[in-house]
Amino acid sequence: MYRYDEFDQDFVHARVAEFSDQVQRRLAGEITEDQFRPLRLMNGVYLQLHAYMLRIAVPYGTLNSKQLRMLGHIARKYDKGYGHFTTRQNIQFNWPALSDIPAILADLASVEMHAIQTSGNCIRNVTADHFAGAAADEVADPRPYAEILRQWSSVHPEFSFLPRKFKIAVTGAERDRAAIQTHDIGLHLKKNAAGELGFAVYVGGGQGRTPMVAKKIRDFLPEADLLSYCTAILRVYNLYGRRDNKYKARIKILVHETGVEEITRQIEAEWQELKDAELKLPEADIQAINAYFAPPALTDRPEGDALVKQARLDSKSFSEWLDQNVVTHRHPDYAAVTISLKGIGEVPGDATDSQMEAVADIAEKYAFDELRVSHEQNLILPHVARTDLKAVYDALVEIGLATANSNLISDIISCPGLDYCALATARSIPVAQEISRRFASLERQREIGELKLKISGCINACGHHHVGHIGILGVEKKGTELYQVTLGGSADENTSVGEIIGRGFSSEEITDAIEQIVDTYLGLRLSPDERFIDAYRRVGPAPFKEALYAGETKAA
Amino acid sequence: MKVLTANRLSDGIAVWYADGGWAETVGHAEIAHDKGAEDQLEAIGAAAYANNEVVDVNLIDVEVFDGLVEPVRLREKIRAAGPTIRTDLGKQATPEAIGA
Repeated sequence: MYRYDEFDQDFVHARVAEFSDQVQRRLAGEITEDQFRPLRLMNGVYLQLHAYMLRIAVPYGTLNSKQLRMLGHIARKYDKGYGHFTTRQNIQFNWPALSDIPAILADLASVEMHAIQTSGNCIRNVTADHFAGAAADEVADPRPYAEILRQWSSVHPEFSFLPRKFKIAVTGAERDRAAIQTHDIGLHLKKNAAGELGFAVYVGGGQGRTPMVAKKIRDFLPEADLLSYCTAILRVYNLYGRRDNKYKARIKILVHETGVEEITRQIEAEWQELKDAELKLPEADIQAINAYFAPPALTDRPEGDALVKQARLDSKSFSEWLDQNVVTHRHPDYAAVTISLKGIGEVPGDATDSQMEAVADIAEKYAFDELRVSHEQNLILPHVARTDLKAVYDALVEIGLATANSNLISDIISCPGLDYCALATARSIPVAQEISRRFASLERQREIGELKLKISGCINACGHHHVGHIGILGVEKKGTELYQVTLGGSADENTSVGEIIGRGFSSEEITDAIEQIVDTYLGLRLSPDERFIDAYRRVGPAPFKEALYAGETKAA
Repeated sequence: MKVLTANRLSDGIAVWYADGGWAETVGHAEIAHDKGAEDQLEAIGAAAYANNEVVDVNLIDVEVFDGLVEPVRLREKIRAAGPTIRTDLGKQATPEAIGA
């Protein structure tokens, strides 16, 4: 993985010193809250309901064991023994004292981590496919390009005060696991007919109160032009993006209001001025960054096949976990493992200090010291020899992280909601927990098949409800929590925004409503191979509306 | 009925104005029964904010049950108790403190 060079390390240390000084001056009353707020936000410090919250960047979701161990240490020493992995592949701590934040940032800097640009109207953490570098279907590892974007966008003077925040995601496979079409810029790394690497470029995706699917403005951008083209996009946005209304300030609104054809013309015109200048990426630089992401030396371990076969016979639960949480690796003797942070009835995305440390140990012992955070709020071991899968599984069972539910209905994305968040209008975690408990039976979940359920506790949509096959949005209505259901969203290469199915449900009703939707799907699918999203796209909302509301219409 | 709430600057912990200071629990917060009292509380909050004791200062609606103040809105109930999904955390973790 990428290692800080001298410049990076000096920069992060300097930032820790600078912000530590700002914190001290704030605590001493030398600067006001109005002066301090933008400074703390630039360093990932929010104020939530119960306490401050610190959001730490995990660049493109990549971590090593030492870093995860440090996150566990921070959870234990400065927080309340746990952290929350987010849909932006970051981690949040919910209870740090402001007076402890300088020490936390110093600890993070010691393992090449920081919280810079995890808030504010700047380019945020660049996210990537969590199977990057391991996926069998990948054209090339997208992370070197994410790293190039990180270096370019970190404290970029021109793009530090944008109209609004700006999110970039990169994938290196046809199958989009990074939800690139829901980002301000989505980059799909691919090869052209001549075998050269480049990107399909999508612009103007986003969720929040105005969900939009990104528009493809270029089918193939040569890799050398990555920074000049992104600069052209950001320049057009910075110049014309609205600053009069924060709800209309994202680039998705600019793309929508300007029209795809016209904004593409503007971006291309800007790019013509930039493309042959200093932003052109030299091949040697691309190679140098690529070298940091060189895959581990994966020796052939063909004995894994027989071992896995026998272990499957010995243990049904191991066999189920293999089916659900283990995916094909580009090396036939290896696999990529999803460590579910969605235990039945647990808080989606939360991990305890000791779990973080234990997972770090597992990664060190069995996974070449590599880990990923997925935007679906799970952890990933990208390279595990099939021979070692049973040992990894046994170690995960010991720490309660062997739930075999990846991509099933209990693998729920959920924002923190009103239990923590100052912006939330309703709770989301308890809804996730109750649905998870209702569908606890793995047999039932597997019968239902792939189903992406996503919950947000307010219209800002941090829980990605718009792109859930089933989405739930919690709102406050007349002083109580009300949950609106959307159906038909997806965040893959066929991204779509879900449609509101009808009136919302109370917290007492919502789980029954979800069950009714699932039962309706089971009753109408053509075969077990027809996933929920495919069935919904075939039949539309009518049967689901009928199942949920028919009684009411008749009564009325 | 309203009380004054904020988060303490140094650690961000939710606090309520009571007995001339900032209490970590809402139960005995000073209640404003009329506009004049609300204005007084607001002035106290503004001064504490200016004095860098607290941030995010707000007046919130409350009711009184068994002599203890309880916020009306769910958001404020959660602030006063802690996350509903982690009853081992926040003020609710030490129930004796809430009644204290």
